[in-house]
Amino acid sequence: MLVLHYASSSLTGAVTDVSAVDVERNSISILIREEPPQLDSSRATDAVSGMVLGHVMEGLVRMGLDGRLEGAVAEDWEVTPTTATFWLREDAKWSDGQAVTAADFIFSWQTALKPETGSEYAFLLFAVKNAEAINNGTLPPSALGVSAPNPNTLVIELERPVPFFDKMLVFPTFLPIREDFFLATEGRFGADADQLLYNGPFQITRWVHGSSMTFERNPHFWNQDEIHLDAIHVPYITSDATASLNFFKDSKIAMTGLQAENLTEAMRMGWQIRQHRDGTVFYIDFNYRDGRATDNLNLRRAIQLALDMDEMVYKVTKLPGYEPGVSLFPGWLMGEKTLLRQEYPPTKIIPNASAAKAYLQTAMQELGLSEPPTLVLLSGDNPISSVQSEWVQQSLKTTLGIAVKIDKQIFKQRLAKMTAGDFDMVLAGWGPDYNDPLTFGDLYASWNKNNRGEYNSQELDTLIETAQNQLEPAVRMRAFGDIQQHLIDNAVLLPMYERGVTYVVDPRIKQLKRRVIGPDPDWSRVYIDTGSE
Amino acid sequence: MLKYFAKRIVLGLVTIWFIASATFFGMHAVPGDPLAGDKAMTAQIRANLEAKYGLDQPLGTQYLIYLGNIAQGDFGISFTQENRRVNDIIREHFPISATLGILAIVFAGLGGVLWGALTALYRNRWPDVVIMFLVILGISVPSFVVAAISQWSLVGLNLATGTAVLPIGGWGTVWHMLVPALVLGLSTMAYLTRLMRSSMLEVVSTDYIRTAKAKGLPATQIFSRHQLRNAILPVVTVLGPAIAGITTGGFVVEIVFAIPGLGRYFVQAIQQLDYTVIMGTTVFYGAFLVFMVILVDLVYGFIDPRVRVEK
Repeated sequence: MLVLHYASSSLTGAVTDVSAVDVERNSISILIREEPPQLDSSRATDAVSGMVLGHVMEGLVRMGLDGRLEGAVAEDWEVTPTTATFWLREDAKWSDGQAVTAADFIFSWQTALKPETGSEYAFLLFAVKNAEAINNGTLPPSALGVSAPNPNTLVIELERPVPFFDKMLVFPTFLPIREDFFLATEGRFGADADQLLYNGPFQITRWVHGSSMTFERNPHFWNQDEIHLDAIHVPYITSDATASLNFFKDSKIAMTGLQAENLTEAMRMGWQIRQHRDGTVFYIDFNYRDGRATDNLNLRRAIQLALDMDEMVYKVTKLPGYEPGVSLFPGWLMGEKTLLRQEYPPTKIIPNASAAKAYLQTAMQELGLSEPPTLVLLSGDNPISSVQSEWVQQSLKTTLGIAVKIDKQIFKQRLAKMTAGDFDMVLAGWGPDYNDPLTFGDLYASWNKNNRGEYNSQELDTLIETAQNQLEPAVRMRAFGDIQQHLIDNAVLLPMYERGVTYVVDPRIKQLKRRVIGPDPDWSRVYIDTGSE
Repeated sequence: MLKYFAKRIVLGLVTIWFIASATFFGMHAVPGDPLAGDKAMTAQIRANLEAKYGLDQPLGTQYLIYLGNIAQGDFGISFTQENRRVNDIIREHFPISATLGILAIVFAGLGGVLWGALTALYRNRWPDVVIMFLVILGISVPSFVVAAISQWSLVGLNLATGTAVLPIGGWGTVWHMLVPALVLGLSTMAYLTRLMRSSMLEVVSTDYIRTAKAKGLPATQIFSRHQLRNAILPVVTVLGPAIAGITTGGFVVEIVFAIPGLGRYFVQAIQQLDYTVIMGTTVFYGAFLVFMVILVDLVYGFIDPRVRVEK
């Protein structure tokens, strides 16, 4: 009894009464994979922080339930080639009741750009005048090209025309931070529940590190009509997929992801299985540095024709919701009027062993080799990457007689080797930062730091510049179509698959939004269907 | 006696310094870039980050700064959880690991002594065979399998009874701890059982037991006074390091049962090359282990009078 008493009293604040859906209290419980590293929006980079911030903060604009951009703190806005103007609503409030003003955005952006902040995503702000110079330390933060003629108007001078500037603003880096509060936290901003000021639909009322969080409805939020839940509990933080499934079965959490091996069981339980493509594309990247065999076009073409991505997705990894890759531009990207993929369908590569061998012969002559080269494939150390790299190894061996050495590395070391150019091929992936094809389109620009194989083509650079600088949507989308064609024709990269997630949700939950850009999953507009109507 | 422990403590400090230095240089020798993220950084942003964490200094300077800070008990700020001090991470999460670990040790210690004594008493009869079979299982089945199976069984139990018999994860009450502590203590329990068994068997055939029997002491008294007390010595010896091992080695159990212990931070820090957290947790655990070993020596003196005689 003593032990019991000790145990229950010493660990206060723990959620002990957990229920996936609590109709009486109008709350739900969810699981997050990992703890948000910190919730300072000027420095947040990871998906979990983005998800949490999406529930407790609100930017100028947000992605609506219909997937279109809608006003949030901004009531209306206008983007021209030189400026962007946002008119803020007067009833937008912080969780202490004070109004959200244009100054809060200016302070936040200046903070993100200050060199001392060390923000990794500061580059997203570089569209704003003088932003890059501030980040380099050559100009003071006050030189940023933003001004507030009055508390409810934010005027942004642009460094260059950015047709999709408003779409970028859904990223956490653009969220407001109020100066007086930020300074009062003395460097601990965003480290704890009470070290944050909220202007979103919910506020964090409890945050036990590594353990649990509670989001409660923010009474000062302006748009109460759209918010239905009183609280969202996060009683568990764990990356273990099986544990997540167990919590769902035990009715402790409202949603869980499913692994391939759980599908049969899920169907037996009669769950409604849902799928969501998370927007990320995975591909084989080549090294174009001097002296690398993979710099040879014919060798890349041989590999392109030797690998059957359909086989990899459907027969090897067999992961539910995955789709074989056909282009660097994933299927969900919007073009001028409809999907980019419908407007500019990519040429489908049909695997062809004999053609592949012919290309290899040419490549070997060009490279002066008497035998097929040995290639180093850099890969992550997770089970999926392992299976995929072994599949690549096997396929290239049987079809082309190319020996592949797999270099399996932990995440940080894989990145270090990619940056250093210590590979021939690497299994890589890319997820979008904003809702415009350019978020993928400029990846192979000669000046892009993420172009880790250092692909360098004048033709491609020109196309990318067109896509970046032109304002006419039709011209831009044509440029993206041309970029796509260039990447396929030159086998610059080999798209492997678009990642999907398979999941189940408690059937009483309505209006849960899964999305590619912005907080995912978005529980903020969820309501509980009691079925009593 | 006092002099002996003073010597032990000095040696302990040297050990901790050695652990800190080995970890520091080992960590920096591990390939990989602690600042690397999914998206490439501009040279300027990278330089900004390096300056922030002092990585722009030469390694020797960094080492001296680290040592100085550690001597003052300051482990710095985490690389991945940018606004949290490593001291806070240890302070908040170690008590959870420790609580779980102590409970696991209680299970392991009681179970090990009980089962070990039992198998020795029923040597080569069916209780011995059954228990030793389970012991082999306990030692050889990895904890992530045991953890997953026990959680899965709990879900089944809750579904079958229609009530929440026991929580299947999370942290809060003593009910949350029972199953994870059992899982965590299982392999130690199995190990201690074996140790206790062989030690009991060894004691049974000693002269003083024969003498006790010859004196006509009752069997229960021989068992409790002579046999158990002598046989338990090796168990106490391994218990010290085992306590440190268990309170620190709960990574898998913590992940499966969603327990916010320090074990997770310890392991994840290494995967993410979070230098300050690696240093902080390793030095802290190292110090803890050294302390436990000294403590065991102290306790040993009380159980075995011979240790006290030797200076």
